[in-house]
Amino acid sequence: MKHLTQEDLILHFYAEGENLLLVEQHLEECEDCQAHYQAIERTLAGMDALTVPDRGPGYEAQVWARLQPKLAARRSSWWHPPVWRWAAAGAALAALLAAAFLAGRSSAPTARPLQLAGNVAPEQRALLTAIGTHLERSQMVLTELANASAAGPLDISFEQERAADLLGENRLYRQSATGSGDALVADVLDELERVLLEIEHAPSRISPDELDDLRLRLRAEGILFKLRVLGSNVRDQQEPIRKPL
Amino acid sequence: MELADPALVARARSGDADAFRTLVDRHSRNLFRLAYRMTGNESDAEDVVQESFLRAYRQLGKFDERAGFGTWVYRIAVNCALDLVRSRKRRAEIQPDPESGEDPVARATAAGPGPDRLALSTELRERVAEAMNELSAAERSAFVLRHFEGMRIEEVGRVLGCQPGAAKHSVFRAVQKLRRALEPVVSTAR
Repeated sequence: MKHLTQEDLILHFYAEGENLLLVEQHLEECEDCQAHYQAIERTLAGMDALTVPDRGPGYEAQVWARLQPKLAARRSSWWHPPVWRWAAAGAALAALLAAAFLAGRSSAPTARPLQLAGNVAPEQRALLTAIGTHLERSQMVLTELANASAAGPLDISFEQERAADLLGENRLYRQSATGSGDALVADVLDELERVLLEIEHAPSRISPDELDDLRLRLRAEGILFKLRVLGSNVRDQQEPIRKPL
Repeated sequence: MELADPALVARARSGDADAFRTLVDRHSRNLFRLAYRMTGNESDAEDVVQESFLRAYRQLGKFDERAGFGTWVYRIAVNCALDLVRSRKRRAEIQPDPESGEDPVARATAAGPGPDRLALSTELRERVAEAMNELSAAERSAFVLRHFEGMRIEEVGRVLGCQPGAAKHSVFRAVQKLRRALEPVVSTAR
C-alpha cells in the first residue's frame, strides 16, 4: 500500500474513511504515516483547549426572557397589526392620495403621483414621511439583492424577513392608492408587492444562478428605478416642510 | 409526557408560545455551544442564539417536517454565525499581548515545567482561538460541525447547504491550517 494522504489520515481520525482496517494496518507498518497521523492527532487534541464558557443553571429561562418580547413584537407587527393603526393610516393615506389626485388635476392635465400643492396638513406630513421611509427601506432590500454576489449558496433569510415586514405596509399603501384612484402609485406599489412576495417565498439559501435570475428580473421590471422616482416625488413634497418660514 | 419536536413545531405554528418556549429550552444550550465555537466570542454567541430563534420563529411556516427541528435551527444558527463572522472578519478579536512582542509560539516552545506549563495551557487556548479566527467562514463552520459537534461529513454538507465533497474539503483545509498554526505549540504542550 502506498503512503496515506493527509486527507486519508484526517478521515481516519474521524472514522469516516472507506477502508478503516486497511488504513489501520498501514499505520501499524509505516512509521512515516504514523508520524503524520500522530501530528494530526496532537493538533486536533489541542482543539480541546477551546472550551465553551459554562452557561449555568437557568440559561434557558434567560434566553426566553430576552427572546419573548421580540417574538411578541414581531407577531403583533407582522401577523396581527393593530386594527386602529391600519385604519388610521389607511384613512390618512386615502386623504393624502385624494388631495394629491385633486391637486394634480387642478395643476396638470393628468394626475401624477403624490403631487401635493400648497400647505400640507400635519397628518399628511406624517404619512408622507412613512411612505418615504417605506420606499427607502424597500429600495435598500432590493439594492442589497441586486448588488449581491456569491460564489456559492447565498443566505437571504435576513432580506426575506425584511421583505415580509415591508409587505404588510405595502399592501395598506397599495390598497389605499387603488381606492383613491391614484393608479400610478398603486401600480408601483403593486409591482413592489409582487417582488417582495417573490423574495419572501424564495428558498432562504439561493444558488448563484437563482441570484442572477432574481437580479435580471429586478432589472427587467425596472422596479428600483420606479421606486427611486416615486421616492423622489415624496421627498419633493416633504421639502417645503423642512424649509424654515 | 414530553412532546417530540415535530409536535411542538406544529403547536408553535398555530400560535402556541409555550410550545416554542419548549423548543427554545431544548435547543438553546446546544445552539450557544455551536455559536461560541463559530464566533469565538461570548456576547456574539448570545446574539447568534437570539437571532437564530427569531429567524426560526419567523420561518416556522417554511419548516420542512421531514427535517429535524434541531438540524434546521442548527442550520439557521450556522448562517447567523457565518454572517456575523464575515462581517467582523477583520476585527482582531484575539489581540496579541501588547506587552510582549515575542512570538507566542516561540515562547510556548521554549517553556519548561512548573508555572510555565500553566502559562502554556493559556497560551495554547489563545493560540487555538487565534488559529480558528484565521480559518475562512466555510472552513470554520465545516470544522466546528465535524470536530466539535460530531456530525458526519454528509450531515455537515446538509447543514451548510453544500455537497458532501465541498464540506469534506473545507474540513481538510481547516485541519491543514490548524496543524500549521498549532503544531509547534501542541508538540511542546504534551
